[in-house]
Amino acid sequence: MGTLLEVEDLTVWLATRNGPRKAVDGLSFRVDSGEVFGIAGESGSGKTMTAMALLGLLPHAAKTSGRAVFEGRDLLAMKPRALRDVRGRNIAMVSQDPSTSLHPMLSIETQVTEHMRHHLGIGRSEARGRAVELLSTVRIPDPERALRAHPAQFSGGMRQRIAIAVALACEPRLLLADEPTTALDVTVQAGILRLLDRLRRERDLAVVVITHDLGVMSAVADRICVMYGGRTAEVGPRETVLTRPRHPYTRGLLDALPHPEGGAATLRPIPGSPPSLGAVPGGCPFHPRCAFAVGSCQEERPEPVLIGTDHRVACPPDPLGGAA
Amino acid sequence: MSALLEATGVAVEYHRTGAPPLRAVDHADLTLARGEILGLVGESGCGKSTLGRAIVGLQGTTSGEIRFDGRPVAPLGLRRRPAALRGLQMVFQDPYASLNPRRLVGDQVGDGFLLGGTSKAEARRRAGELLERVGLPADAVKRYPHEFSGGQRQRIAIARTLAAGPSCIIADEPISALDASAQASVANLLVELVRELDMGLVFISHDLSVVRQIADRTAVMYLGRVVEVGPTRQVWSEPAHPYTKALISAVPRADGGGVLPVELPGDVPDPSRPPGGCRFHPRCPVALASCAHDDPPLAILRDGRSAACVLAK
Repeated sequence: MGTLLEVEDLTVWLATRNGPRKAVDGLSFRVDSGEVFGIAGESGSGKTMTAMALLGLLPHAAKTSGRAVFEGRDLLAMKPRALRDVRGRNIAMVSQDPSTSLHPMLSIETQVTEHMRHHLGIGRSEARGRAVELLSTVRIPDPERALRAHPAQFSGGMRQRIAIAVALACEPRLLLADEPTTALDVTVQAGILRLLDRLRRERDLAVVVITHDLGVMSAVADRICVMYGGRTAEVGPRETVLTRPRHPYTRGLLDALPHPEGGAATLRPIPGSPPSLGAVPGGCPFHPRCAFAVGSCQEERPEPVLIGTDHRVACPPDPLGGAA
Repeated sequence: MSALLEATGVAVEYHRTGAPPLRAVDHADLTLARGEILGLVGESGCGKSTLGRAIVGLQGTTSGEIRFDGRPVAPLGLRRRPAALRGLQMVFQDPYASLNPRRLVGDQVGDGFLLGGTSKAEARRRAGELLERVGLPADAVKRYPHEFSGGQRQRIAIARTLAAGPSCIIADEPISALDASAQASVANLLVELVRELDMGLVFISHDLSVVRQIADRTAVMYLGRVVEVGPTRQVWSEPAHPYTKALISAVPRADGGGVLPVELPGDVPDPSRPPGGCRFHPRCPVALASCAHDDPPLAILRDGRSAACVLAK
């Protein structure tokens, strides 16, 4: 398993009324081929902006710095035209809401075959044949008929399956899935998670799953990066991060979840709320909400430090080090 | 124990032009006691929101009866509601849509007191007290909804509900629109209020793990019917209905185990054309041949549990 994507010191500035503001601040991570890499965090932590930066789909007037090397090429340095050849072909995206990501008035056939024909230059009938195959891969019943249908004729879960088929059309090496199951019911979510897992096995596809749901992370991700205020709080193997977290924020997120065994009637929320764009506190961005904050947390910007096998944590005081 | 809220055989139909009526709720039964939290769960389209709206009278029913404190609940019309029904209130999902952006928070919360016949000054004073009770600063009275975060807005919406002095609250997905940390604190607030004011709460949610944490009893709906009700702990540890079982095993756990949740094959059928027999039989892993034509009613089991399944014991 080689490294497919290497992101180094990615910073994204968004244009606001008060000038540029950092939405992502010096983020580094790598994605190996064939693995599921999870990015977790609350709204405003910069997870979606990270994905958008990789695809060159940031909002107008946004700026980036750093590097994102994908198969030997820096995505952030590429010209828009060159990036357009990568996007949809080598890197594809599935977004949260399949009712807005699919065009309501175009047939499923048009939408599944469109970029196959554009990127791979194949003819209509060949594209059609591949579309039928793809729809059966994502388990759409009666694919031939589905091609003639429109998105409104499918349920939310089926639409998300179609959106995944659209993303897979050019056999990408990397799939960015931004909250792919948030809009779906748990029973449907289970099906989509199983589908993503099967696809990465069968096709050696790397998947970046962006979600705030740690349960979803636990089900599919091999490695997890927890983001806070545009920065990495903790990154490491799934089991390590979810069972022996070393960053107080990860601990807090886990404690805020309803406990699997029920019992205790109150939930334990993290005090305060996540910082908004441009109002990220200095020092460690989490220090105002952290129960373990010490004086130095207000001044020093912690960088993720390697503390175990492939496990990096940005918390120098390391208050959970002994407890683990 | 007399029930605070009792819904028997409630059916709600939506009439559509050029199509047969859609039966969103079909013979649903529910009871709620004082001081009790009832979690109402199910997939989208199962009728849980419609049932919630029918209970407070926002939605007319086709048949069945809803009684609050022994009195029948009539659908809300153009006339003023009977004073006795002021005790039955609702909290909505989206606090961005449920608050008026152009009115001061204090005025919106105070409306409940004004309608109860207090003076303006008194209403404003008591609105301030309520806002403090739900965990907001006292100066919130003189501010507008846009100055608050989603979690705080939902607290405002809850305070507004409390102004009517309710004994029963129906909360329709009250935390779904909020951030993870705000979800936990708003859920905690609702639980505290129920215990402190001895109210009843119907907590409608698609998030099973939150319901498991806070509800005393859980009711599971499928395609317009309540298919299982019982004390939360028992419903979770040994679900009596195969649908409840499927729903619970579909919830992923954040235990780092890398276990994929179990998939329930098939989609929720179109509620305008429900399958014959037991409505769950086409997706049921343990269906018998008879399930295709026998429609089991919600039958009482033991320990305050009920389920609508021939296999439930």
